Amino acid sequence: MTRLQVNGQAKDTHAPDDMPLLWVLRDDLGMTGTKFGCGMALCGACTVHVDGEPVRACVTPVSAVAGRAIATIEGMGGDRIGAVVQRAWLENNVAQCGYCQAGQIMTAVNLLKVTPQPSDSEIEDAMSGNICRCGTYPRIRAAIHQAAAQLAQGGKQ
Amino acid sequence: MTVATPLSRRLFLQGGLAALTLAVTADGLVRSASAAETADSAPPKYGADTMPGGTVDSPLAFVSIAGDGTVTIVAHRAEMGTGVRTTLPMVVADEMEAAWERVTVVQAEANEARYGNQNVDGSRSVRHFLLPMRRVGAAARQMLEAAAAARWSVPVGEVQAQLHAVLHRASGRRLGYGELAADAARQPVPQADALRLKTRADFRYIGKEGVRLVDLQAIGQGQATYGMDMRLPGMVYAVVARPPVLGGRLRRVNSAKALAVPGVIKVVEIPAFKGAPGFQPLGGVAVVARNTWSAMQGRAALEIEWDDGANAGYDSAAYRKTLEAAARAPGKPMRNQGDAAQAWAQAPESARFAADYYVPHLAHASMEPPVATVRLQDGRAEVWTSVQNPAAAQDAVAARLKIKPEQVKVNVLLLGGGFGRKSKPDFVDEATIVAQALPAGTPVKLVWTRDDDLQHDYLHTVSVERLEAVIDDQAQVRSWLHRSAAPTIASLFAEGAKGQQLFESAMSAINMPYRVPHVRVETAPVAAHARIGWFRSVANIPHAFAAQSFIAELAHRAGRDHKQFALDLIGPARKIDPGTLADTWNYSESPTLYPYDTGRLRSVIEAACHGAGWGRALPKGHGLGLAFCYSFMSYTAAVIEVAVDDKGQVNVVAVDMAIDCGPQINPERIRAQLEGGAIMGLGLALSSEITFANGRVQQTNFHDYEVLRHNASPRVLRTHLVNDDHDLPPGGVGEPPVPPVAPALCNAIFAATGQRVRSLPVRTLEIKAG
Repeated sequence: MTRLQVNGQAKDTHAPDDMPLLWVLRDDLGMTGTKFGCGMALCGACTVHVDGEPVRACVTPVSAVAGRAIATIEGMGGDRIGAVVQRAWLENNVAQCGYCQAGQIMTAVNLLKVTPQPSDSEIEDAMSGNICRCGTYPRIRAAIHQAAAQLAQGGKQ
Repeated sequence: MTVATPLSRRLFLQGGLAALTLAVTADGLVRSASAAETADSAPPKYGADTMPGGTVDSPLAFVSIAGDGTVTIVAHRAEMGTGVRTTLPMVVADEMEAAWERVTVVQAEANEARYGNQNVDGSRSVRHFLLPMRRVGAAARQMLEAAAAARWSVPVGEVQAQLHAVLHRASGRRLGYGELAADAARQPVPQADALRLKTRADFRYIGKEGVRLVDLQAIGQGQATYGMDMRLPGMVYAVVARPPVLGGRLRRVNSAKALAVPGVIKVVEIPAFKGAPGFQPLGGVAVVARNTWSAMQGRAALEIEWDDGANAGYDSAAYRKTLEAAARAPGKPMRNQGDAAQAWAQAPESARFAADYYVPHLAHASMEPPVATVRLQDGRAEVWTSVQNPAAAQDAVAARLKIKPEQVKVNVLLLGGGFGRKSKPDFVDEATIVAQALPAGTPVKLVWTRDDDLQHDYLHTVSVERLEAVIDDQAQVRSWLHRSAAPTIASLFAEGAKGQQLFESAMSAINMPYRVPHVRVETAPVAAHARIGWFRSVANIPHAFAAQSFIAELAHRAGRDHKQFALDLIGPARKIDPGTLADTWNYSESPTLYPYDTGRLRSVIEAACHGAGWGRALPKGHGLGLAFCYSFMSYTAAVIEVAVDDKGQVNVVAVDMAIDCGPQINPERIRAQLEGGAIMGLGLALSSEITFANGRVQQTNFHDYEVLRHNASPRVLRTHLVNDDHDLPPGGVGEPPVPPVAPALCNAIFAATGQRVRSLPVRTLEIKAG
């Protein structure tokens, strides 16, 4: 048995050690917000945070994250930056099909934690591991800029 | 309501059509020649009337009102990212004067008799259902008004619905929709001729920007349920090892190691398809397990030998030579006006210009790979899946189980993209076959991995397009030959079908409106060796790439500005009967309702060029490129600015996209489609390519099937919505943005560098800065 800390809650799984975190989350724990897109860390749809770092859950064995703090899209509403990013995604009408957007948001949240006021180049560098086949990149960029501005305003209050 | 027979769709699912003469519509529905002959004696059918299920405009099918005032509106078409699950209910809400925040949208299961056609394909949702949904809303509003008038014993003409209530102004009385719901339900549904549709000035949501996607918040929170997210108690998971070559068969399999993988329950053989592939599974071996990961591990442990079959020699490099040769030999004439051959023969060498253009196979690569969950119990089936065409899935499952479609319940979940791939329910059929091998009542979720998706897609065709023109010394094009050599989608349904059919040629090849005296359009009879399907905008992609590049090349040769040359070639604003262009297909729409309007084409060209500052001075290494297209009853133009550095790296600086789709129902989502279409179009132009060797697709994932990523996306992407004419019938929006993008890009590269790219994707060429 492996004990995981997901969005601040303890979750136990009997999954074998080599099963990727993605499938533990989705099939075992029923947390389907984290998406399957490629299985090879090429598309970013499965992005979660482990100890605050963005990680591709599809290639991360569950044994490697035992006892570490895992954050998923389902927990972003309770995250100071996550909630602002989610609102910016809404206000910019980012999503089309929406399937990749959980991963996009997870990567964007991490970007804003590391780089509170990212330039266009920094957004491109950070976000290029996350594919959107519908082509929402211009709105993702706008939403990140908006979230950064709102977080900066909040910081001054 | 109109009803078309669903018979044809079932027939080809059973593989019984090979002997009939076929016509294939854009969505792949096959009609027999005899059916067409029968139809000849009746008035011709167009638009939604040609689709299974037609349209339904009864409020009883689409609207219900609860006592608390909650209005529930049925979204009968699947959401794959265009916003249709929001837009059509929004149209109903507008006409019925419902307050949008008190509307709940529920997704319909497959039931075309109840809801009308549900196939989200061919950019038809608003085109075919704008008016029916307006009538649904208007009828519901009038029933609410009649109920209020009866309650107050006043003439119905004295009451008016307004934002979720009916008012009687004379007395100041007001009743909310919730208070009227029960009475309204007892009112007769108004007759068609008694419906009072709103005037444009009274629209509350239509044409406005205030309504967000109904799923937007859930998507951002990870709470939206896609087909991939389906979960049921006791559910098992399956993945399939499929023959790597189309038409290949299982020779032998040793499953011992797979069954030894912890969590693996069973292996199930999937029979190979018979006849033309259609929507049948490819065959192979399914591995069933307690979770997706174990199923994938089990599949990797299978020891399989395949018989590759007749397509084992399919090789993209060799096939390209086949296409090139076919494009230089006479083909089947699809349009013939004047005598292009004689014009060419008599023209001096200096007046002749010819070019070949190549567009490779493309994979849809929706972010959610195909997936379906099926449970069989008590002679019935229940399906949970993300498909564009729920009725086709229903029919496929019913045919597999030899039960009636009514005994198959298809629940439609959100699609993580579709782009044409998920119109084909082969993966639902696969899940059904696996479910048959499991204890009754066991739900199975059958998952395609990314490599499954790329290796076994219904690919966009591969094509060589040859254009030959005679252009005189006054820069007038005297003669135009367009010959397409590309395998046809019809090969899915008829074994051995060769070369593009009318519906493919009528996507930007035969239906060109240019003022040229001698025109000939031909298709070459080339065979398919892969499953060819419809990919967002279908044959418009290669045809527009070729023709729009060619026009720019002709303009350059004539020393003329491309935009002016193109406008001269198009000529003055006029409405052309597509039949006079040999286009008797016209996307199955009425030639009277939907003529080819060159004025609208001119206006999108002007809008895109104006937005981009056509003609302005550009920095060294920069270039502007223009292209335009008429597809799915809408007019689009793209102007792209590129910067090419001294290493030949192409950077897309800015994109201007213009569309005239007639009335703009949800302009915010139209802009989203223009943006997304531009980015998908840039991806296929710059980097995407599926190739075959030894009959096998060589790409397996996003490292070798490259789609556009954020760092290649333009920082400036402007959209221009043109005309917004509500007197026109609506055009499509999902597909039309794609075709002009690749040629606009390559025209921009030429403007920047002097180097002409005639073969996609661009990355395979070395761009030298001029």
